[in-house]
Amino acid sequence: MTDNFTSLLDFLPQIGEGIQVTLILTLAGALGAMIIALVLGLSMTSTHAWLRIPARIIVEFFRGTSLLVQLFWLFYVLPLLGVELDPMSCGIGALALNYGAYSAEVVRSSILTVARGQWEAAIALSLSPARRMVRIIFPQAWALMIPSLATLLIQLLKGTAVVSFITLQDLTDKINQLRMSTNDTFFSFTVGLIIYFVIAWILQELMNLLERRATARLGRKRPNSRTERRLARRLARGEGGRHDADDTAAGKGVRP
Amino acid sequence: MPPTENIAPDPDGASSTEASASGASASGTSTPAIEFKDVEKRFGTTTVLKNLNFTISPGERVALIGPSGSGKTTILRLIMTLEELTDGYIFIDGQPLTHTERNGRRVELPSKTTRAMTTRIGMVFQQFNLFPNMTVLENVIEAPIHVLKKSKDQAVQEARELLDKVGLAEKADEHPSRLSGGQQQRVAIARALAMSPEVLLLDEVTSALDPELVGDVLAVLRTIAETTDITMLLVTHEMQFAREVSDRVMMFDGGQVLEEGPPNQIFGAPRHERTRTFLSSVQ
Amino acid sequence: MIWNWEFAAEALPLLLRGFGNTLIATIVGTIIAAILGLFIAVAIRGLPRWINWVVRLLQAFIRNTPLVVQLLFIYYLFAGIPGLVDVPALVIGIIVIGVHYATYMSESYRAGIDAVPPGQREAAIALSLPPVRTFTAVILPQALRATIPSLGNYAVAMFKDTPFLFAISVVELVTTAQQFGAAKFAYTEAFTLAGLIFLAASYPTSLLIQRLERRLATY
Repeated sequence: MTDNFTSLLDFLPQIGEGIQVTLILTLAGALGAMIIALVLGLSMTSTHAWLRIPARIIVEFFRGTSLLVQLFWLFYVLPLLGVELDPMSCGIGALALNYGAYSAEVVRSSILTVARGQWEAAIALSLSPARRMVRIIFPQAWALMIPSLATLLIQLLKGTAVVSFITLQDLTDKINQLRMSTNDTFFSFTVGLIIYFVIAWILQELMNLLERRATARLGRKRPNSRTERRLARRLARGEGGRHDADDTAAGKGVRP
Repeated sequence: MPPTENIAPDPDGASSTEASASGASASGTSTPAIEFKDVEKRFGTTTVLKNLNFTISPGERVALIGPSGSGKTTILRLIMTLEELTDGYIFIDGQPLTHTERNGRRVELPSKTTRAMTTRIGMVFQQFNLFPNMTVLENVIEAPIHVLKKSKDQAVQEARELLDKVGLAEKADEHPSRLSGGQQQRVAIARALAMSPEVLLLDEVTSALDPELVGDVLAVLRTIAETTDITMLLVTHEMQFAREVSDRVMMFDGGQVLEEGPPNQIFGAPRHERTRTFLSSVQ
Repeated sequence: MIWNWEFAAEALPLLLRGFGNTLIATIVGTIIAAILGLFIAVAIRGLPRWINWVVRLLQAFIRNTPLVVQLLFIYYLFAGIPGLVDVPALVIGIIVIGVHYATYMSESYRAGIDAVPPGQREAAIALSLPPVRTFTAVILPQALRATIPSLGNYAVAMFKDTPFLFAISVVELVTTAQQFGAAKFAYTEAFTLAGLIFLAASYPTSLLIQRLERRLATY
């Protein structure tokens, strides 16, 4: 075991490089996905069929074909068509397209979820369509879409692991190298999974922060804050009554 | 996406053979503030308004009453361009709102033209519809700054005066969600007034309020009615209020004006049996 | 020449054969995930809080780490254990994918069970139904109604994740395409066809699930 840790220490710089590649892929992929999601998502809410239908087709296409197919297509097929992309760009491109298509659906449905009265009030004030979207509808939709986007961001992080198939030395690739040098599968992969888990956890916390800020701007408490979820679970289990001494809110909820 | 799609009204469908009243009774010689000409509105196969003609004079206060599904809210929504006109024309201050007649054909106006027309119309909704992502003050100054292109200083100053008028000056920096329903509705009134509308549409503005909060909102509206000459069109179930503020009452049934007249006549001596039944059911 | 029909014709039967493994992985994986997911959702309800907590942590861990890494992990782990060396990669793949998606599906079950109005349980108690009967005859059927479309969506997601089996050299659709592409230098035909096969299978299924969802939403 001590051998393992010495190997790990020796290997640390390499792992660091791997983490860096994974993070670049995640962040650049997420940025690209968000741009694609906004363009396609907004187009899908358009009243113009010439905007709505092509956007819908693109979204279904990239959702329906698998991420790995898209990655391999960019990596193997594009050069045959005369477009040479380095592996990093292929990776970012495939992640952005695939998760962009999923996120576009989130953008679309969140925008449509904003109460009809908000649209009507904006029309009654004669705000222009652009102003209506930017100032009234989108800020409210944004708060709605963050939880789903957070889930997709974690999915995207997990998706980055496939780039090791196209020669990129990301975290997954480095973990595999660590396995070969230590000859201890359990150790190296446990280390690797924990690193992924920690990155995912940090991303989730950042998104939670973003959501809290977005809902605070709407002047209400984050509807599904952790304490409230816990409270809801406790109430669902019917335990509230026991907690009324230290947790008045829970107690109030169940006492007749 | 757009709210014009379909808010299905309670289907009523009845197209009465009653001749639609031509509400010219109260109009003077000046150009009417609002004119409906052969207006028809269908939702799918349901006809809500048919062959509707009436005019409203500048400064007139008209209460629309009638059973739900009679099309009265649809009239307000058509004026605010929240619903698309199926046929006919609406004129605001003599100018066409959404459609005009050109060479004998009915053509739609460009959306910019229509939007320029709607700046002269304000609306207060049953559900307030304040923007939750803005403070009270921001709600009020948004359109004056970005539609009327007022300077921010001027817009803020006017907004504060209006908020003072509705008794909410100290709530300017709160978020709407922290306000009671009655307070939210007063902010919504201030927001509509900030556009200095020539026409104010009030769509059941007290229906969503707890009974004890109705009074404040009605008081604000009464003040507006007394101190301004804004043309007001109100759909309401508060018959007492309708009686107090309106110059004319229009009783709707089945998408038609069943009868109309000064409040004392309609409430005191209705001509139609249906009006009598309706009034006794709401009072 | 960008597109060669001869290559395409040659690739298609091979791809469809590879697609067989994709389907097997999806179907068996879904069955494992659906059963294990239900088990996780139900079993830990009655257990002490700390076990509950450990299960949830493990669940979060599996859900928030890459499937590809998990596949490689178990694949190499089995390769080092004498009794497990001979387990075929496809079997390993199916188990890992099944467990991975079980962590998602258990959340759906849990949400579905929590969504059943408390009055239902209370009514069953009032009828003196035994707890097991209450759960299997009253709670679960109602919970499943809300859960099934979501399970279907996860099955489709799993289907689109099966190419990750490439990592442990299971010859499924994308691996076949990659091998064919490399042998004939016909990547365009191989990957385009692979993508179209995925689309042709997943899109109609998604539509079907949407319809099912709408039908199940009303009693």
